[in-house]
Amino acid sequence: MGRLFRWAVFLALIGGIVFWVTTIPETVSEEELASLSSDAAAGESVFNASGCASCHKAPKAEDDAKLTLAGGQSFPSPFGTFKAPNISSDPEHGIGGWSQAEFVTAVLKGTSPEGQHYFPAFPYTTYNKMTLQDAVNLHAYMQTLPADATPNQPHDVGFPFNIRRNLGGWKFLFLKDDWVLQTDDPQLVRGRYLVEAMGHCAECHTARNQLGGLDTSAWMQGAPDPSGKGRVPAITPDKLGWNAADIAEYLTSGFTPEFDTAGGHMVDVIENTAKLTEEDRDAIAAYLLAL
Amino acid sequence: MRRSTISLTALTLAIGTVAFAGGHGGNPAVKARNAHMGLYGFNLGILGDMAKGTTEYNAEAASSAAKNLATLAALDQSAYWPEGTAQGEVEGSRAKAEIWTDGGGAFEKGKDMAVAAAALADVAGNGLEALQAGIGPAGAACGACHKAYRGPKN
Repeated sequence: MGRLFRWAVFLALIGGIVFWVTTIPETVSEEELASLSSDAAAGESVFNASGCASCHKAPKAEDDAKLTLAGGQSFPSPFGTFKAPNISSDPEHGIGGWSQAEFVTAVLKGTSPEGQHYFPAFPYTTYNKMTLQDAVNLHAYMQTLPADATPNQPHDVGFPFNIRRNLGGWKFLFLKDDWVLQTDDPQLVRGRYLVEAMGHCAECHTARNQLGGLDTSAWMQGAPDPSGKGRVPAITPDKLGWNAADIAEYLTSGFTPEFDTAGGHMVDVIENTAKLTEEDRDAIAAYLLAL
Repeated sequence: MRRSTISLTALTLAIGTVAFAGGHGGNPAVKARNAHMGLYGFNLGILGDMAKGTTEYNAEAASSAAKNLATLAALDQSAYWPEGTAQGEVEGSRAKAEIWTDGGGAFEKGKDMAVAAAALADVAGNGLEALQAGIGPAGAACGACHKAYRGPKN
């Protein structure tokens, strides 16, 4: 009996150590970024392609007011309701006081400056494939945006999902840094980067498993809307039935081939894609048609 | 024997009810809304295909389609939007509950649409470039309302 107990304690300790090690939040160091010089103007297109403002703008903000990243929008999910934080340049309530390495760590690793895991409502599962150069450019651009002193609101997430350390296990299971679409074609490679490393289309258009991990075997095949009402449509070529020009037009003006228009969050997405170059919209269209 | 007769009667009634719902069902206000939106889409399609160059520009046809849009946008739709017809409340609806709770924002957006459609009707017959310039604001007006007040596909 005593021997069995000692074994149980030993195995629990091993398990605890494995959990601790696999759930350590990852960071990007200053040294890794030392050789890069940042370009705020180039960061603007990263900002638009990555759709930062769509989630971090103040609720109902339109046009230029969307550049004040005060946060506060609610994002319902089966795990609770997430509140987008203030990521304006305000040093106290926003992220104006963050170092470059802290910013890049947050975006690419999903780790806060305090060393905590972020909830994957923040799509670092996409941004982890972004180049370090794009990430430092994005940081430089966001520092030029207005400051706002709106305090962050707490997320409304229940036990056990509110234990941040557990997210290390979630990342271990679901945070992948390989591409879904395998290709060498230059246009498709660009489209893949726009979709899989910045635009995060899959976050809504791909179904999730019980723990909220994306089901990459059903990539872009549509999913229940997180609001609980209706569905996010499939955008694979067999289901969508649009050609490249149709997709590019939709991403520019919001018009479908039937001259319906985009609705809901997709309107914010299109306000971003409309700011990309025509080549980039064509690359996204080519990517979707290659699925 | 009697039990099976009762069951059969119940089943027949049930089938009858379902068949009735299938044939005549759907909320009439929702059907009216969808029909109205369909007419917007059809007329906008005529203009959009010309603007994109899919069909050749025709001043008369463009002007008629744009006038139809302006007429449709000017109609009083208040009876189309009774309370209790939001998405999830009645079948086929994609109307967000906010339409009835945010103090007339949807009505304001409807007026914006009427203004944009009237402006388009004024210029649609004046050449392809005028049409291309005018169609953007009309599309944006459609999108503004869909952004705030239309739920995801059912």
